[in-house]
Amino acid sequence: MTVSVVQFGGSNCDRDAVRALEHLGIDAERVWHEDGLPEDADGIVLPGGFSYGDYLRAGAMAARAPIMADVRAAAEEGVPVIGVCNGAQIGSESGLTSGAFTTNASARFQCEPVHLRVERADTPWTAAYDEGEVIEVPIAHGEGRFEISEASHADLVADDRVLFRYCDADGNATDAANPNGSTDNVAGVLGERESVAVLMPHPERATLPDLGRSTDGAGILEAFA
Amino acid sequence: MTAYTATVTVRLKRGVLDPEAETTQQALERLGFELSDLRSADRFEVDLDATDADEAADRADEMAERLLANPTIHDYDVAVAER
Repeated sequence: MTVSVVQFGGSNCDRDAVRALEHLGIDAERVWHEDGLPEDADGIVLPGGFSYGDYLRAGAMAARAPIMADVRAAAEEGVPVIGVCNGAQIGSESGLTSGAFTTNASARFQCEPVHLRVERADTPWTAAYDEGEVIEVPIAHGEGRFEISEASHADLVADDRVLFRYCDADGNATDAANPNGSTDNVAGVLGERESVAVLMPHPERATLPDLGRSTDGAGILEAFA
Repeated sequence: MTAYTATVTVRLKRGVLDPEAETTQQALERLGFELSDLRSADRFEVDLDATDADEAADRADEMAERLLANPTIHDYDVAVAER
């Protein structure tokens, strides 16, 4: 298993992702987007950052980069793909998942630890957790408010494709625990396949024990093990 | 071929929260202006050559569909004028 961490101009969590994956014993390499996706990519991370300076909308430019056609094709073949933060914005902009991530209700950039409730424990991304478990992972974004049409939201819920919701320490998905005004407290969703997921919080920043308060994010990246 | 400017206006759908517009409104109110609401929009002016205005509008429409707007949160309209 070699995981390709796709680096766009302005990505800045690509090294962090590689280091977190290697800490978990998973081979990972950074792939410059212009070089195309390696044919032997067994997994794909779309990392955080500010690709193309967030021009137009966060993720809009990178989502139209040629490598994303390769990423979508790989995703359709079942290659696991995860988008984190700017990678989540790129993933939703490219149609890997439904909905959109836009300006926080606070209109501020927010960098803080949040609690997430694991809504599905039967996916590759959450096999390390129990359903309903509360984990702590940091966010760092200005455009993380999940927006979706009522009809698409109903489909998302009916298909059980909400992966994580923002919640309080006891697992209650309240307005007070919703850091950015996301619809239905949604923090991360699955694509049509369970092997595709995007989330705004940063699991790679909650994996290395030296980094601080939580290693709860490691379980998400262990999907690639 | 005729030279046109296609103006694409992209705005948030009604009902979608617009924190930037709210913040801008608050700043105007702090400056002493009285207003009841404020909406923001992005405008793109695309210069292009086309056989007629309909073709220019169709091409600008496709640009909006594929990049300039995000259909989840945006509505857009296109206006074409000879340049």
